[in-house]
Amino acid sequence: MLKTLRQIQRTGIVTEPVPAPDPTLRIRAVLEQRILGILGRALAIRMVDAGSCNGCELEVNALTNPIYNIEGLGVHFVASPRHADLLLVSGPVTTAMRDPLLRVYEATPDPKLVVAIGDCGRDGGVFGCGGPSLGAVANVIPVDVVVPGCPPSPNRLLAGILAALDASAALDVRQEGGGRAE
Amino acid sequence: MPLRHWLAAFEPIADDAAVRPLRVGAEDWRRLAEDVAASGGRLLALWGQDATAGRPAVFAAYQTAAGLWIAELVCDAPAVADDPYPGLQDLYPFAGRMQRAIRDLHGLRSTDPDHRPWLRHAPGEAYEFVRVEGDGVHEIPVGPVHAGIIEPGHFRFSVVGEKVLRLEQRLGFAHKGIERRFLEFAALDGSRLAARVSGDSAVAYSWAYCIALESQWGVRIPRRAQWLRALALELERIANHLGDLGALGNDAGFAFGLTQFSRLKEQVLRATEHALGQRYAMDWVVPGGVSRELPPDAATALDRCLAEVGAESVVLRGIYEEHAGVRDRFTGTGAIAPDLAARLGLTGLAGRASGQVQDLRRDLRFPPYEELRPAIGGAVSGDVAARVAVRFDELLESCRLGRRILAQLPGGDLRVAVVAPAPAAFGVGAVEGWRGPVLVALATAAGGRIRRCHPHDPSWQNWPALEHAVIDNIVPDFPLINKSFNLSYSGHDL
Repeated sequence: MLKTLRQIQRTGIVTEPVPAPDPTLRIRAVLEQRILGILGRALAIRMVDAGSCNGCELEVNALTNPIYNIEGLGVHFVASPRHADLLLVSGPVTTAMRDPLLRVYEATPDPKLVVAIGDCGRDGGVFGCGGPSLGAVANVIPVDVVVPGCPPSPNRLLAGILAALDASAALDVRQEGGGRAE
Repeated sequence: MPLRHWLAAFEPIADDAAVRPLRVGAEDWRRLAEDVAASGGRLLALWGQDATAGRPAVFAAYQTAAGLWIAELVCDAPAVADDPYPGLQDLYPFAGRMQRAIRDLHGLRSTDPDHRPWLRHAPGEAYEFVRVEGDGVHEIPVGPVHAGIIEPGHFRFSVVGEKVLRLEQRLGFAHKGIERRFLEFAALDGSRLAARVSGDSAVAYSWAYCIALESQWGVRIPRRAQWLRALALELERIANHLGDLGALGNDAGFAFGLTQFSRLKEQVLRATEHALGQRYAMDWVVPGGVSRELPPDAATALDRCLAEVGAESVVLRGIYEEHAGVRDRFTGTGAIAPDLAARLGLTGLAGRASGQVQDLRRDLRFPPYEELRPAIGGAVSGDVAARVAVRFDELLESCRLGRRILAQLPGGDLRVAVVAPAPAAFGVGAVEGWRGPVLVALATAAGGRIRRCHPHDPSWQNWPALEHAVIDNIVPDFPLINKSFNLSYSGHDL
């Protein structure tokens, strides 16, 4: 026990500052304002791997390490879509995961946000779209924000999640004429 | 029949030559499998091809004391439907799923009894799980969407009270057609896709792919590139072991472990990014060598990082070993005894934790490991505690290897030019990734196109063994047992 406490004391606090939300990742100009009003920054995320190579999951897991400390921001991962405000989905979506993904989406209470992650979540990436790969997450469920990368770094993921959340950034995007069209 | 008989017929697989598989008929296909098993050899991979790759055939990769062998059973198209090829499930139990996958992907049927689809999921089609019957038996279905941040797959537990009587896996949810996708890549570009077969083993796969390509095209890569590839492979091993050791602490209710190890993992990933340009070295190993030079200060920074991670891991190992709660959860949980492990063909780090001390870095003696001579350890209790101990040993050994590579890194070129020769060829590469042996079989066509590529993950061997490991354990220990193996879904589902 003493060793454990000494190690904790020696390690200290290693959490780094939060990256700014990146509104350019948003593909829907108008977000669910209701969500933002209700939540502020307390957010429950359900992660769904819809067929990835597992690289994206490694970086999503890194968000919970003490350096990115996503829970310190009030954002936490939940075990059921029924508890979630936001779905974080990696791709490419496989044919076998199409129905499970749709069911998760339906089970998530409204209003809800969807962030597609990785080059594969964006457009199928290196796996393309064809045969058992349905490609982009947006081919199966509506997507609000896309965070490309192979895999996207934890900071990019955080910037994307915060972009989905940050009401003021949403206003900025609208004033500038909106993000990319869906 | 002694294995010597076959040796005369085989061409040994050399570093810099194309492979010509031994073509066998149905009878010899079986006899060879029996002889390899009797001699203590192992089946590394089993895959098929259909007419799109030339002609329908089934391939087996064996590893014996004499090295790596490839056998090819040609299945003449008209006979396929009513004349199944001889199954190998009785000799290598894990082969059953590989044969089911071959049937899904290429239509070739084995004589083994289980013909349920494996990788291919037809929409709306029910899957017949094995039912366990008796007083008080009930089923718990889990997945394909899991509660944690992990890959998709389905587990069906048959339990009485808390005790697991049987676990049956249903995989294939991550099947995205990787093998077919390879055909759309030029062979020179295929390492990019290979690296993403299982993202946590990107270096192992891209390296195995490059060996398969370079050997058949007669390319000799510079010594410096070999050492740098090994550096990346050891960094990959370190990062994954750190991540899993933390998650194992967490699954045993010791969140301190997760916090500490995930912090160390992040340090390694950042040092890796600084040195190799990517946190996960997806595109570091390329045909002909490696993709870029280390920045001037990277070797020093990386060496310091590995020294620190090694020292901290020793402290954390002491804490894990002295923590009564952690020890209680690890010890005796999810055990696979050595004799069962041998029968099931348990491989990689899980195999080494159950007395199956094999490691391609030592056994195949490919460069630079024949010079580096990694210490290969193991354990015999085969439980979660043994897999944790093996991970600690390998983590520390990889820190040592990484530092040695940095200290003695040979000079010279990073990469040689690779040009596709005219004729079609075939090659095989095998690398010991952090999880176990990763094998890539690659057939190229004239013009540098890919005719057929099969990447093989050690998870094929170990998924069925996980079903055994959980028998008689309690349901709440499943996440802990599962994490101690940490098998790949994507690498298996292809």
